[in-house]
Amino acid sequence: MITIGIDFGAKNVKVVILNDDKIVARGSALTGFDLKIATKAASEMALKAAELKIEDIVHITETGIGQGSVDFAADSVSEVGANAKAGVKLLATARTIIDVGAEEARAVKCDETGSMEDFVVNERCAAGAGAFVEAMSRALEVELGQMGPMSLKATDAVPMNAQCTVFAESEVVSLIHNQTPKANIARAIHDAIAERVVSMVRRLGITEAVLLIGGLAYDVGFVDSMKRGLGVEVHVPEFPEYVSAYGAALVAQERVKK
Amino acid sequence: MKMSKEEFWRWPEYRHTVEGIDPTKGKVISGGVDIGSVSSKTVIMVDGEVFAQSVMRTGSSSPDSAERTMNWALENTGLTLKDVNYVVGTGYGRVNIPFAQKAITEIACHGRGANFMWGPTVRTVLDMGGQDCKAIRVDEKGKVQNFLMNDKCAAGTGRGMEVFADLLSVPIQEVGDRSLAVKEEPQSVSSTCVVFAKSEAVGLLRSGWSKDEVLAAYCQAMAHRVVDLLNRVGVEKEFVITGGIAKNIGIVKRVEKELGIQALKPDQWRGDPRFDPMLAGAAGAALFAKVLYERSQG
Repeated sequence: MITIGIDFGAKNVKVVILNDDKIVARGSALTGFDLKIATKAASEMALKAAELKIEDIVHITETGIGQGSVDFAADSVSEVGANAKAGVKLLATARTIIDVGAEEARAVKCDETGSMEDFVVNERCAAGAGAFVEAMSRALEVELGQMGPMSLKATDAVPMNAQCTVFAESEVVSLIHNQTPKANIARAIHDAIAERVVSMVRRLGITEAVLLIGGLAYDVGFVDSMKRGLGVEVHVPEFPEYVSAYGAALVAQERVKK
Repeated sequence: MKMSKEEFWRWPEYRHTVEGIDPTKGKVISGGVDIGSVSSKTVIMVDGEVFAQSVMRTGSSSPDSAERTMNWALENTGLTLKDVNYVVGTGYGRVNIPFAQKAITEIACHGRGANFMWGPTVRTVLDMGGQDCKAIRVDEKGKVQNFLMNDKCAAGTGRGMEVFADLLSVPIQEVGDRSLAVKEEPQSVSSTCVVFAKSEAVGLLRSGWSKDEVLAAYCQAMAHRVVDLLNRVGVEKEFVITGGIAKNIGIVKRVEKELGIQALKPDQWRGDPRFDPMLAGAAGAALFAKVLYERSQG
């Protein structure tokens, strides 16, 4: 049975096509300002890769910020519900799932069946979301994809005083003026956002195993800072930004069976 | 030819000498230097009256900024730094002012300065600075009774407003008037965070909102944010706004509306630079300097 999960992110729309419990294709498109166009593009990309037609799909479930705004899916599931479902499927021992996206971060505590027990979320402050690293990479004039590898080369831990993204931009500029090596600044940036995410997760309590997902989980510098900040092992699945869409597709499977 | 990007956030720097004061006849010449994260201000007083002042942008070094704003205030006054009997430093860079005899917090200085500028009936001071915002309760002498501060987040600060002026390509001095030029007050920007508010604003522009409407929506959000802070400390009349944002009439009007309390003479500075709300901290520092000098002389 073929289902689709769609995750509307602030930055990208992600689509996962599932055949029973096997992922057959993924697709994504920039969210932009028209969710319908983005959803169509991401779905077509995934369908093409899977060599399927929309008629082959039994059920579509959506999650993310734009739920209900695209007349496409049959139903929806909360982000935290999708996170828990997919997290445990990817790593059976996962009990804390941390999802750091472009404009939101959340942590979900779940049981062995992938049911959500509790969660915390930050959707109000860019300093605890991917937007922070993006803004800092611009200030540092380093490509976003290079921030991680650069951060791992740091020789020293430089403190960042500013919490706010806007203030941190000025601080990065003055660190550059003071001849601080860019690698050390990159690490300071990752430590800063990790500190905020970790303090959010602490409100929930850290139960191992910890699974880190969302677009920022691609950033090896951030993952390293999270490990240090949490003081426990942090697992990152393959394709971390598709985990929510995968969760939605899994929920779609369950709903059809019911 | 290289195109230079216009910097809409750049607010004007200036200096001013008050006419009719002869500093050579004064007993005490005192100075207040307020090194903020965004602007540096100096007030020179002769026997407790404002004589000269300057306002400029803070550079990368606090000592340099302090020297430049002090020298500029003294320019063409016939005075040099040696003639200033006592200097008090305040603001975020207050401990890095080489020629200051003492550093006093900007909270104390704004309380004292507001009392001097707007009189002893002032009980609540909202200082909206470049990188922080403070709600301060003072007594009839301008002494601080209580205060609350946000210095963690750019929402509700001058930096946040600068970011918006740049985003919309509207000179920052025009933001207030333009935000009031809308036919109908739009719905407020829903994001608190400046970064998210920026994305929201871009979305609003794309959906056909005018720049003025977006500015109105942002000013409203900013006013709401600082009124929250004010309500937590409690507002008692009279109420004044100090700091650079006090010159943004769009914010002042919306704060007044949401509080249901008028700010005391928010426009006075337009006719008389001595009442520039950006200078409240430096004025307070100069007044403290006068008292400290007199005390040191016995």
